[in-house]
Formats: sequence, structure tokens, C-alpha cells
Amino acid sequence: MRRFFRNRIVRKLIIAAVWLVIWQAAAWAVGSKLLLPSPFETGKALVLLAGTRVFWKSCLMTLLRVFAGFFLGVIAGAVLGVVTAASGFLDEFLSPLRSIVKATPVTSFIILVLLYLTSSLTPLFIAFLMVLPIVWSNVLSGIKATDAQLLEMADAFGYTKGKKLTRVYAPSVLPHFLSACTTGLGFAWKSGVTAEVIAHPAFGMGRYIYESKLYLETPELFAWTAAVIILSFALEKVVLLILGRAVKWK
Amino acid sequence: MEVKNVKFSYGDKTVIDDLSMSLSGGRRIAVMGESGRGKTTLLKLLLGILTPSAGVIERASGEKPAVVFQEDRLLPWFSAKKNVSYSAAPGVSVEDILRDMELYDSMDKLPKELSGGMQRRAAIARALAFSGDPLLLDEPFKGLDPDMRERVAKKILLHAKNASILLITHDEHEAELLNCDEIIRL
Repeated sequence: MRRFFRNRIVRKLIIAAVWLVIWQAAAWAVGSKLLLPSPFETGKALVLLAGTRVFWKSCLMTLLRVFAGFFLGVIAGAVLGVVTAASGFLDEFLSPLRSIVKATPVTSFIILVLLYLTSSLTPLFIAFLMVLPIVWSNVLSGIKATDAQLLEMADAFGYTKGKKLTRVYAPSVLPHFLSACTTGLGFAWKSGVTAEVIAHPAFGMGRYIYESKLYLETPELFAWTAAVIILSFALEKVVLLILGRAVKWK
Repeated sequence: MEVKNVKFSYGDKTVIDDLSMSLSGGRRIAVMGESGRGKTTLLKLLLGILTPSAGVIERASGEKPAVVFQEDRLLPWFSAKKNVSYSAAPGVSVEDILRDMELYDSMDKLPKELSGGMQRRAAIARALAFSGDPLLLDEPFKGLDPDMRERVAKKILLHAKNASILLITHDEHEAELLNCDEIIRL
């Protein structure tokens, strides 16, 4: 029995099953699917939603917005990280911007951005804005944390700038960058879907989360949320797999 | 490389005072002294990492020193072979040097998979593959047992037979192993 429990997959399945039982018990105790639908009612709502075109189109649109925002945020964050590491003045000049973006509540940004962008583009831009400072900060701190003795060695052995970048800086920054991508992807999902709730684009998971709440369709609200979690998890796995492959130096 | 009346201070503390030496024409010099007497500072001055407070270090045009730092300074994410080949001069057989440093069977391992002595030999192999002149060695035999020191010293003399050598050490025997012409005490 102990050996059976030691298997990682089996253990995870058992833990998930226990939580489903706790959820089911809580739903029975509450006794109203309006307040807390059971796992079965949520699953049923999800299956029904999966049979509609709106569901798949919304999933696709949200996925595209979140991924595009994340991707652009990673690129811009990495570039800004490198640029501000190279120039102390630029770092000092731009650091208030980074701090403001980090500290400002996402809802303030969503409402502000809605003044300038369409409801469809707002979630994309918000996801971008949330990912940007995370990647920027991590790349910057990764570059600054590069071992000074290795850089001295690289200079002594005549490494060109390009070789210093690929053989010293990049491998040193990589753990910081991957950690930023994992955190950033989670933020992109949360902020992107929140932006859809407020911006109300034609298709989007956030929009239907809001509408489910509006019409007191709690099982649908749970089903949409479950779909967001599943997609977020899947996208994280795919992105980390791609990044992992892309950064394998030969 | 000519060192002429070089002085270097960290704030008020002078660590090198009026040092002169000629490191050219295949000359081999050992620099000895207790810790904190400026031996590693001298290495950094010769590499151009530090600038003398007074005096001058003249380098011949195209001169490129090879160095074994006091620390191994191997790139931790690359194998021993890659660490050496990334610094190797064109035409140098990295595998031959690794064989001479008794690292041939371990050349595909990452530094963290090598023992301390093997890492030291990889750092020496890197400097030899660079084919620089002069060859600057900061405690190159640190962590090697006496037999290994002798074998490695012979290979250093073989691969850098025409190069000038500056050896920083605490041990006079190491100066003998590398046939040093002169010992400077700091």
C-alpha cells in the first residue's frame, strides 16, 4: 500500500479525489447549487458548454489574447532587462515606470486602457503589461548576478561580446528568465481574464464568467472557471516545453 | 611584457611598491610571498584588470597572456572539453591537451562532476590551449598531490616551452618544478 502511494501520479490522483469528495460534501452541506454547485453539476455544465460554438470560440480568443500578451511582454521585458543592465542611467530613468506598473491595481489599468483600446485588445494589452515588469526585473537581476569572476575570465581569454553573451550571460540569466516566464504566464491568465470580465469583448471566457454571475448560473460560472484553469495549466506546460527546448545549448 | 617601477595601492595601503621585471624571451619568474602581499594584485595588473597607481606595464603589440586564476573559473554549464575549446587558439588539439592533463576520459563531464584536482587541471588545460605568451599561473598546483604536480608541471613546460612564465606560489618546490630563472619575494 505504501509503495502504491509512493507513485507520484497515483498520489496526485488520490489527493485530487479527496478534494473532490470534500467539495461534494461541502455542496451537500450548503444544499443549493446557486451558492455552491457540486463537482457533478459543474462537470455537467462544462460538458454542455463544450457542445456549443460560443465556448470554443471564447476559449480560442482568450487563449490568443493571453498568449499574445504574454509573448510580447516576454520579448519587451527581456529587451528592457538587457538595455537597463547595459546602461545605469536608463535603469535609473525607467525604474519608476517599472515600479508604477508593478504597484498599480490591474483594474485601474483595465479601465484606463479601455479608454484607448477596443474591448478585444484590452485583455491582450493588460496581459502584456502584467508580464513586462516581471520579465524585465528578473532578466535585469539575472544579468547583474552574473559571476564577475567568469566575466573577468571571459575578458582574459578574449571572448567577443557575442560569445560572452551566449556562453556567460545567457546561461546565467536563464534560471531567472524561466522563473519569470512561469510566474508571468500565471499573471497573464489572471489579468487577461479579469480584463475580459470588465471589458466585455464579443468572445472571451471572462465575459461569460461575468454573464454567468449576472444570471446566477453558478454551475456555468464554475465550469468557465474550470476551463480557464485547465487551459492555463496546458498553456504553461506547452510554453515551458518550448522554452526548455529552445534554450538547450549544444 | 615589461613591468617598470609599478606601484599599486588599495586606498592608503600599498600592496606593490616599485616592482620591476621583464617577462619576455621565455623567462620564467616565480613570485612568492605570504597572503595579502599583493601576488594576485600583480596578476590582475599584468592582465590589465587593474591599473597601476604609478609606473608602467609595457605590452608588445599582439601579446596575449594566458592565465590560470587562483580560482578555477570554469563555466559551470559547459563540459570540461567545451571550457577548454572555447578558449583554444586555432590549430590547437584540445583533446591532446586534455589527455596530457589526464582528463581525456572525463572531458564530457560538467565541472561540478569533476573532483577539485580535475577542475584545476581543466583550468590549466584551458590556459595551455589558449597558447598565450606569457603564461600567468596563480597557484596552479593547488589541490594536486605531489605526483600529479610533477606530471602536470612537465606538461606545462612541454606545451608552453617557448612562453615566458610567471608563477605565483607559496611553495619554492613548485618554482623548481617549472625551472624558474628568478624568484621575486613580495
